[in-house]
Amino acid sequence: MSSFISYLISGISLGSVYAIIALGYTMVYGIAKMLNFAHGDVIMVGSYVVYVAVSGMGLNPILAILLSIIICTLMGVVIEGVAYRPLRNAASPLAVLITAIGVSYLLQNVALLIWGADTKSFSNVISLPSLKLAGGSIVITGVTIVTIIGGILIMAGLMLFISKTKTGQAMLAVSEDKGAAQLMGINVNKTISITFAIGSGLAAIAGVLLCSAYPSLTPYTGAMPGIKAFVAAVFGGIGSIPGAFIGGVVLGILEIFGKAYISSQMADAIVFGVLIVVLVVKPTGILGKNIQEKV
Amino acid sequence: MEKKKLNKTTKSNLITYGMVLAAYLIVQGMIAGNLLSNLMQGLLVPLCVYIILALSLNLTVGILGELSLGHAGFMCIGAFTSAAFTKATMDTFTNAGLRFFVALIIGAVCAGIFGFLIGIPVLRLKGDYLAIVTLAFGEIIKNIINVLYVGIDSNGIHFSMKDQMSLGMEPGGKMLISGAMGITGTPRQSTFTIGVVLILVTLFVVLNLINSRDGRAIMAIRDNRIAAESIGIDITKYKLKAFAISAALAGIGGVLYAHNLATLTALPKNFGYNMSIMFLVFVVLGGIGNMRGSIIAAVILNLLPELLRGLSDYRMLFYAIVLIVMMLINWAPKAIEMRERLFSKFKKKEA
Repeated sequence: MSSFISYLISGISLGSVYAIIALGYTMVYGIAKMLNFAHGDVIMVGSYVVYVAVSGMGLNPILAILLSIIICTLMGVVIEGVAYRPLRNAASPLAVLITAIGVSYLLQNVALLIWGADTKSFSNVISLPSLKLAGGSIVITGVTIVTIIGGILIMAGLMLFISKTKTGQAMLAVSEDKGAAQLMGINVNKTISITFAIGSGLAAIAGVLLCSAYPSLTPYTGAMPGIKAFVAAVFGGIGSIPGAFIGGVVLGILEIFGKAYISSQMADAIVFGVLIVVLVVKPTGILGKNIQEKV
Repeated sequence: MEKKKLNKTTKSNLITYGMVLAAYLIVQGMIAGNLLSNLMQGLLVPLCVYIILALSLNLTVGILGELSLGHAGFMCIGAFTSAAFTKATMDTFTNAGLRFFVALIIGAVCAGIFGFLIGIPVLRLKGDYLAIVTLAFGEIIKNIINVLYVGIDSNGIHFSMKDQMSLGMEPGGKMLISGAMGITGTPRQSTFTIGVVLILVTLFVVLNLINSRDGRAIMAIRDNRIAAESIGIDITKYKLKAFAISAALAGIGGVLYAHNLATLTALPKNFGYNMSIMFLVFVVLGGIGNMRGSIIAAVILNLLPELLRGLSDYRMLFYAIVLIVMMLINWAPKAIEMRERLFSKFKKKEA
């Protein structure tokens, strides 16, 4: 029983990381209507920045995380401006998707050239005491607590931001109809830039949390969690913020349970199997809206 | 003598076939004249595999208009089913040529069936979703093969997902697939000649499909799904057809690949996401929808790192830049506008 609970807790912890990544994904997808393949690799870059800042330069962890958020935010804006914006009105929807794959590949290989292929061991930057429950048989690490609370706070913050601020409302408008939003005096380019900035900033936070829980860092660290977070976003209903959170947590739990009770090698296959089932049964996800295509 | 006029597509297709044949003859000449090092000769069969995969992916991306990131998965199925067949029948099926042919059919059909099965749910989706599901499928296939144990004895074929022991085989049984160890001891039957023949077969299938009634229906769906549906084109049928054919061709590439290796394993290096991306790079550099371009791009991108040794570290980086730059130049509305303005200037000067 206690092993079940500890699996559940680590599932929720992993799921919260997926949720934070998925929040970035779902915002970008909802507003720019594109699958940002490079999102996962922004996570990796964010983690490397923290790694270099803490281990190499001896910076205070909190400063390092802030630095990482700033760099990732800028990177998100630059990537969007250089690689995605020129293709926004391209004739084929594949154009921007292939470019996004290219950007993802570019980030991985630049990281490979800068930091090498060897695994860096990421030192935990979150030094909180562990919580012991049920007479010490269940241990919740500090990272887990921070991750779960962080995930919930970020989700709540994003929901408030979207519903209460002018920028958030502009994002909603752009996601509904770009042309109409522009006629209403909304700067579409700026709004999409801000979306990418927020998404990439969240990716930096997710990177720190991911690498604190699983402390091995390579140029490919971000790719898999990125894709799984997309699965989570689809699962919860793409474009929906609470959906992304729920999807992330469910997926994290599924993955850990799959690893623990079925087969550790098959865990990824189980996660992807979920994606295929969801897309077949309910392509709009749990909380997604059904949009009818019109001529 | 009556002169028969060839139409434009036939001519263009003949040029493509001719190009492959000419390249084949040149390479054969170079081998005969000892101009090719052993290393380069060893790269010829993989090159054929890549060309077949690039053609197959170009059918999905260029003609069907959907992005598949799971082509390495279909290739993987073709490779493993055919290699398992070859290994199982190695002692009983003595005609090696015929056995290879049967293995080829098995690999292509199995990959095609998987393409069909995965296509049924997936082709209802579009664009991004389809890309991510095919990616997921490729990963699932790789994961499953890595834990799959298959053995054969006098009682038939045994499957297990746990280990070799749980197969419960008789002492004389033979292991076909041993999990992460893959398949060992497949005869290395793939040759450059077989590779080129398979390229020609693939080209024949793809080019004929494009210029058939079915092909035009598929391209109509790509250009405007709703318009195509409204004139009575059965979307699901044609999409599935194109996707299954594309998967089967990828399977053929897999068969060629499997019979070029003594040990076949489902490592990310062989059948991972990166492979699928590499095929995509060939397609994008050669021109989406342009079969001849895919062949040329695959050849160039495989030769370059070999010829310029110093470049090999930057190979992947180069691929990434190719993807981004090619897409920006070819598809960005502003770039198209600028190109048109440039060309019109040249035309004015000429006039």
